[in-house]
Amino acid sequence: MKKGNRKRIIGGIFTGATGVSAFLIIAIIILILVVIILGGKETFSWEFLTAFPEDGMLKGGIFPAIYGTAMLVLIMSVAAVPFGTLTAIYLTEYAGEKSVLAQTIRFAVRTLATVPSIIFGLFGLGFFIRFVGTGMDTVFLGGELKWGQPNILWASLTMALLTLPVVIVSVEEAIRAVPRELREASLALGATKWQTIRNIVIPGSFSGILTGTILAVSRGAGEVAPILFTGAAYYLATLPASLSDQFMNLGYHIYILSTQSSNVDQTLPIQFATTLVLLLLTFVLNFTAVIIRSGIRKRRAK
Amino acid sequence: MKEFKIRTQDLTLFYGEKMALNSISMDIPEKEVTAFIGPSGCGKSTFLRTLNRMNDLIPNVSITGEVMIDGVNIFDKQIDVVNLRKKIGMVFQKSNPFAKSIFENVAYGPRINGINNRTELQDIVETSLKKAFIWEEVKDRLHDSALGLSGGQQQRMCIARTLAVEPEIILMDEPASALDPISTAKIEELIFELKRNYTIVIVTHNMQQAARVSDYTAFFYLGELIEHGKTRKIFTTPDKKQTEDYITGRFG
Repeated sequence: MKKGNRKRIIGGIFTGATGVSAFLIIAIIILILVVIILGGKETFSWEFLTAFPEDGMLKGGIFPAIYGTAMLVLIMSVAAVPFGTLTAIYLTEYAGEKSVLAQTIRFAVRTLATVPSIIFGLFGLGFFIRFVGTGMDTVFLGGELKWGQPNILWASLTMALLTLPVVIVSVEEAIRAVPRELREASLALGATKWQTIRNIVIPGSFSGILTGTILAVSRGAGEVAPILFTGAAYYLATLPASLSDQFMNLGYHIYILSTQSSNVDQTLPIQFATTLVLLLLTFVLNFTAVIIRSGIRKRRAK
Repeated sequence: MKEFKIRTQDLTLFYGEKMALNSISMDIPEKEVTAFIGPSGCGKSTFLRTLNRMNDLIPNVSITGEVMIDGVNIFDKQIDVVNLRKKIGMVFQKSNPFAKSIFENVAYGPRINGINNRTELQDIVETSLKKAFIWEEVKDRLHDSALGLSGGQQQRMCIARTLAVEPEIILMDEPASALDPISTAKIEELIFELKRNYTIVIVTHNMQQAARVSDYTAFFYLGELIEHGKTRKIFTTPDKKQTEDYITGRFG
């Protein structure tokens, strides 16, 4: 009787602990949102989104950071999406499912996904700027410094490396969701493998390519470490106009305002509002990706 | 005596270690309907899919023996499997329209063969849909999605899509098993019409269907060809007891 009671109490405590833990997760999210919204709502306005910073970034808007982030993820997508899609097609359509090659590629993709983002930043500095950029300057410009320094191109390519696994995994999943019957129908009509991939498989996995792109963009918009050394700027009076220009960035801007500003306390509302913009951006992107992805899963389940 | 379109000699197929077909030798006559019957897993679908080398797509399949089509071994190294499949159309158990319009579905085969002329494509699409007895039902909505058709219509459109490539042989893998009786009857009528111009091989679970549509019937059991002959004879006076037992419903 006593023993039974004790067991029941232990069971009750355990159940309670699991519930509290789960509840805490929701509470933390809500807390973060409430703090950021309260802190930023005064400053958040149309003008804030469209104006340049003023008074040594103590006032004004964050338009250059929004623009720079948009350009960064755009150039990044142009590089990562085709590259990732091609890799995913190779993995699913050409490499044998259990072949050593496919296993190796999968291992590489998984490893790439776990590399800390600051390492990508250092890699970008070493490979893109010092090796490729300086190399280009030496070969094409006779040593004049143009590409061998941080810019939006190298930052985007570095970010592309970081987001590649996201693209590859999403596209792979979508390609696998294309029913075998459709490939067989195409092949049975005398289509070659390439014709089948081009006409049936790629159009059929379009939503997966889209999901991968959105997830990559959302990841790329939020990461700061990879662009620290490769192209993000403290403050620029003009928007980047060429691939060899530096750029401002939302995440980096928050970091700058909170650590490098002449008056950190005065910039607090701007920090909150910038964070709100960044959060809204990634939330909306992720939410869209989740909706598209659940559509793909439903289709595959049929 | 009709010519034999397809002749197989000692065709044996393994999935990994598992034997799925054991030394099948069979002659399939031209412009007749040959039905493959037998219980699930007997190898009849595997055999059918070997005839257009669809099993190439499955890993760990090993095949020995010969399949001669018009006197040429289709496993010969010089054979281009893409051309082979143009000559041998295939209709699947589950209708599998592409997520494209009816027109684009039927035009798919001609297009990949390099026909891009609009008028020519229109002619091919119309003729193929007419041959598959579905033209009247779809002629006003050729550019609507094929996924909006009923199951039976989809299957006939898939047959039209196969005909558009002008094959000589049509392989059908239980083409009516997912359809209602009326749609099934339409498919059977269609098969009856098509055999004037095409050699047809059909796998079916439905014994009455085999009896109704086919001229020849082959009975498979556990990867072996038990008996093959005129449908009338197989269904009335089979030579083997196993065939008789299966047909009369004593097993399977």
